[in-house]
Parts: sequence; structure tokens; C-alpha cells
Amino acid sequence: MAKLSENAVAQITEICQRHKDEKTPLMMILSDIQNEYGYIPLEVQELVSKHTGISVAEIYGVVTFYSFFSLEPKGKYVIGCCLGTACYVKGAQNVIDKFSELLSIKPGQTTADGLFTLDALRCIGACGIAPAVSINGKVYPKVAVGQVSEIIDSYRQEANA
Amino acid sequence: MAMVNIKIEGISYQVEAGLTILEAAKKCGYEIPSLCAFNHGECNQGSCRVCLVEATGARGLVASCVYPVAEGMEIKISSPAATTARRHSVELLLSNHNMNCQQCDKNGQCELLHVANITGAREGAFQGVHSETHYDELAPGLVRDTSKCILCGRCIERCKNAHGLGILGFENRGFNTFVSPAENRSFADSPCIQCGQCVNVCPTGALMEHSEISKIDAALAAGKTVIAQAAPAVRAALGEEFGYPIGTPVTGKMAAAMRRLGFTRVYDVNFGADLTIMEEGTELLGRLQNGGKLPMITSCSPGWVNYAEYNYGDLLDHLSSCKSPHQMQGAIIKSYWAEQNQVDPKDVFVVSVMPCTAKKYERQRDQLKVEGLDDVDAVITTRELARMIKRAGILFDRLPDEDWDQDIMGDYTGAGVIFGVTGGVMEAALRTVYFKLTGKESEPIEFTAVRGHDAGIREASIDINGTTVNVAIASGMKSAKVLLDEIREGTSKYQFIEIMGCPGGCINGGGQPYVRECFLHGESDDIMDTYKEKRAQALYSEDERQALRQSHNNPQIIDLYEKYLGEPNSHKAHELLHTSYAAREGFNEVK
Repeated sequence: MAKLSENAVAQITEICQRHKDEKTPLMMILSDIQNEYGYIPLEVQELVSKHTGISVAEIYGVVTFYSFFSLEPKGKYVIGCCLGTACYVKGAQNVIDKFSELLSIKPGQTTADGLFTLDALRCIGACGIAPAVSINGKVYPKVAVGQVSEIIDSYRQEANA
Repeated sequence: MAMVNIKIEGISYQVEAGLTILEAAKKCGYEIPSLCAFNHGECNQGSCRVCLVEATGARGLVASCVYPVAEGMEIKISSPAATTARRHSVELLLSNHNMNCQQCDKNGQCELLHVANITGAREGAFQGVHSETHYDELAPGLVRDTSKCILCGRCIERCKNAHGLGILGFENRGFNTFVSPAENRSFADSPCIQCGQCVNVCPTGALMEHSEISKIDAALAAGKTVIAQAAPAVRAALGEEFGYPIGTPVTGKMAAAMRRLGFTRVYDVNFGADLTIMEEGTELLGRLQNGGKLPMITSCSPGWVNYAEYNYGDLLDHLSSCKSPHQMQGAIIKSYWAEQNQVDPKDVFVVSVMPCTAKKYERQRDQLKVEGLDDVDAVITTRELARMIKRAGILFDRLPDEDWDQDIMGDYTGAGVIFGVTGGVMEAALRTVYFKLTGKESEPIEFTAVRGHDAGIREASIDINGTTVNVAIASGMKSAKVLLDEIREGTSKYQFIEIMGCPGGCINGGGQPYVRECFLHGESDDIMDTYKEKRAQALYSEDERQALRQSHNNPQIIDLYEKYLGEPNSHKAHELLHTSYAAREGFNEVK
């Protein structure tokens, strides 16, 4: 099992301490770790288990239950395509299929160069601008299939700049 | 006690407030079919929806296993709406079940099949896709097959309650949910101690022991000298598989049945238990007198040894170096017995019948080989022995009571018998240690302060010739952890600790017959609370019946030391009867 660096151990310990007085600290802890590192591998879950007394299997269950948490490192840009009812009706499936085709990855996967992760989301509450795509927090309204290539290129350029 | 008035099917009853509808109905003479509810709320997810009933004051149907009774509540169990809903619940469970019931080892003891029968579930009522199957047979002790899992969560709760471990959990969500160790690992690649408590509570065949019956068949077919030996706790529970009331000792019939299965010899592991006491008692005296590592902790339970190696690698020198009784006896069979009977040890095949699934792992440990040979070649559970007896067409209740084979290792004492219950190894050891220190037999023979039949910690101070020996007993890793943390912190006041993996000890082992209320109509309503005590009593009563009750008085043990081993803890004894331990990583690297 890959060992965590001392820095990581210290930081995760600090995150666990931060929430130790909460009634149900696990979600807060995992949320902070996800935000800090972008993913929550098993070694980290073992450490959280040690600090909270919650079993690794239970933590693993929570991590795999919520799509917000990730077991694998995510790409630099996380493309979230909303597939909620309104977006779906407005053609979101075609949009995510186009992303999938152009990036050669399935939803949930990350490109080999580590640049993009493609996620399918369930209703992000932006039904008025369906179909919506959210990339690292920036929301693209009423995305048409024809725009997808352009959007990807803009991030490739940003990454190369 | 506050009471409430309820009606079931229009008839008035008074029941305790706070009961669930399921519990209240049971007291009034109704058994509502249920699956996920287990053992007074030990597991109560309300997830399977098999126990739906109508109740006034509730919207729609309610899950009776979690819904409490209230004053004036009117309950309908047999209304068309309720019976249809319960049937649909079972049919929906079956629609995602692999349905190989004929080949399933749980056949005859499956609770899903039981409720399907009771609710009148129809074949193929709902058809749809099946969720992906995850199958794990890498671990020597346990097999997991998610195609038979109904996601009730009993196994998850048992692992937490018994051990504070929580090896199993729900993974993923919705239709993709399955129960597994983290990362969908094998039990073999997680810190699972393979105790089998999860198997004991699984309502279906999703969690089972890893059967080794076929290995025995192969050995018999190959013409090997197959010798079988049965552990103390097996006799206290085997009868349950053949309709005897819980707590009926069936030693004589068990010996007779095993003899009829074609084994060359049938022995009682009680001899090995007596041998263990000679070795372990001597080791304890040595540690007490020579400033050795204290407290010394027993090492008979492989579930406990697994737990220690995964979680307390720094305390392993506290464990007695003694092998467990059946391993000791296996080593003697393959050395002294083989020599006496002029059989090549390589042609001897030793079968242990154990109340335990972890023993299946234990027998494969490298540290237990002698000159490249395993002490024991196959371990079957009490349940597997019952399966073999049924397969052979033996009518168990018509068997005569027979003795074990008497040559070389036929004698045993009451001290060996009580190994099967929590506190038993401690008591057996004290009987012999008392003699060794004082030169007198203890009077009375029994050390009742160390007795019990459940999880939790017991302690006692025994005065031996003016020396006080502080002892503690724990079963279930949740209790053991308390004692181990004390040792780690340097605050332990004990010299000798007995730890057993399963709550209550081997009588409640993961290989023992299932205790399920729905299949035990002859037993009292409180059987889930009393079965361990009843099984324990079966062992204590056999102890009382023995003429010899202290291991050091077993004539064949004395003989074995005189003719072969020399004395306890001798060089020869160490070679054959002692072992070592090594810290292990719980979540090891998986290739």
C-alpha cells in the first residue's frame, strides 16, 4: 500500500480534528479532503477511520455513494454535464456524448493527459438555462452540440498558456 | 411497565409500550414474515419491506419491524393489501436473485426461501435486469456471493457489534449497491479476521463458509489414512442440525456418525486441549517465575490471533506461543501416532471438525507446518459435518452412543471440554497451574468466577499459595480491545488473559448451526438471548460427568510426555506444539 507523505498525514489529521466536535463529522471531513486533494484514496480513508472510529468500509460506502466524492485523482478541468430532467429534455445527452467522443473518455473517466474529467451530474438547479454544463464552477448555459469542440479548445489553450 | 391497547385483526390486546408492531404481534401469537430485522433490533434497517402491515394512524403500509405500537392502534396483518404487498416485496427481492436454490448450501435453512413460501411468492412475477455479481472465494474461511445478497445489512451490524470492526459495508448506490469489504476487496485482502459471525446472521447463501468437504472426499478416494477430530464446542450444537433442542450434548452420536463416514480414527480434540493446558500452563508458570512477558494471552482462537496480527502487532509477544489444540493434536497424529502405527505421515490426512471458519485459515498458516507438512489438512464446520452426515443417509437420532477411538489420544478430561466456552481455557489452565504451584488439586475444582457465556469482560483474582494471580477474560474483539489498550498503555493489572474471537467463545463460533427464530418453533421466545447459555451448559455438564477434570491427570497425556515429548515446553514439544506470529498489514497491496 502506497504510504502517505508526512505532510498529507498532518493535513488530514488537522482536517479530522477540525470537525471532531460535529455530531456527524464524516461528511464535513470527506468534503474538505475532496476539496483539498481532489480525491479520497483508500490510504486516506484508513487514516480518517483511525481518527473517527468509523470503519473503512463505511467510509468507503459514503465515498462511493455520493458522486461528489472521488476515489481517483480528477483532471485539471472537471466538466460536469447536467443530465437532470430539464437538461435531458433539452438534449443534454447529445452534449455529453459529444464531450465523450471528442475527449475519448466515458463519463466518470479522466483523459490520459490528466487535463479533463467528464462527469454526468443530476440536476444542478440551473433548469432555466438547460442544457447546462459546469466546468470548474463556471456554468455554460444552453450548450449546443456544435459549441463543445470550441469549449474544449478554450481550456486546452488556457492549459498551454 | 407502561402498556398500550391495540387491536390485531379486530381482537384487543394489551402490550408493552415501545415495542415494534413485529415484536408486539409475536407476543399476541402472530409471526409476521420478516427478513432484515434480526435479534431484537441488532439489525433493523426496515429495508426489505417483507414485514409490511396495515396500521391505523399511518399513511399507507408500515414496516412492522421498525414501527412502534401506539395506544388504540388497529393492525391488520391478513388484509389483502398487506398480504399482497408482502408478497410483492419478496417477489421483487427474488427478481434480482440468482435462484440456484437447488445447488445452494443454504438450501433448507434459507430465510428468503422461507418467506417466499409463507408469502406465496409467484415465479417470475417481476422480471428485469440483474445487478452485477461479485464473487469472492479467495479467503480460506469465507465465501461472498452478492448474487444471493438481499442487502439487509445484518452482516455489517454483526461485525460492528461483535468486534467493532465493520469489515463489510454498502458500496455504491441504488441498483448498483452491494455489500463488501472496502474497495470490493476479498476478505483475504482486508483486515477481516474470518470469524464467520457474518455467516451466522446472513439470511441467504450470500455469505458462507468456504467448504472443504470435497478435499475430504478426494483424500478418502485416494486411499489416504484419514483421521478426524472434533472440537469441544461441536458436541454442544451439532444436535440442533438434527432437531434436538438447543443445548443437547450429542458427543456419543457424533463419534458414532463420524466413524460411519469412513474415517480411520475418530478422536476428540479435548485430548489436544489437555495437551494445550500442559504446554500453556507451563509457559505461564515460566513467565510468572522468570519475569517473562506478562500478561500472557491465550492463542487458541485464530480469529483473535488474526485480530492481534492486524491491529496489535506491537503486543504479539504477549501471546502464548502454543498452537491451538487441534493443530497440536494434528502434529502429534502426524508424528507420534504415525510412528506408532507405522504409517508414512505424508499419507495421513487430518480432518478437524470445528465450530469455526477462521480455523480454515489457521490450518494454512506457514508458521504451523512441521517439516513441510500441515498439521491439519482440512477443516470443516459443525454445519459441514451435519451436511456430510445427511449426505451419507445416516439417521442421527437412531445412532447408538459410541466412544471415540481410545488408542494414544482417546482419554480426555473435563478441563478439555470447557475450552469451547468463554472462560473455559482460563479455568482449565487454573486447575493445572494451581496443582503445579501447590502440589495439591484445587478444591473445589471449579473456578466459577471466570465463567460466562456472552461477550464482555470478566475478571477474577485467584489466590494460589499466597500468590495472587489476576486474570481477565474477553470474547469478541470489541471487549478484547479494552484489555489490549490497557496493555499498550502500561496500565494492565493482569498476569493472564483469555481472549476468544467470537462473543461467548466457540459455542457461538462462526461455523455453528444457525440460530433463527423462524426455524425454531420448539424453542422459547427468548432463544436469541439464551442459546449461548444453553450450549455452554451442555459443556459444563459434560465436564461435571468426567471422572478426570484436570488436564495433568489425563493418563494418555502423561504417557505421551513419558514416551515421546519428554516434558512440557521441551525441545521436542516446541518443535511440534508451538508457533510464532507476525504483524500484518490489513489492507495489503492487491496485484
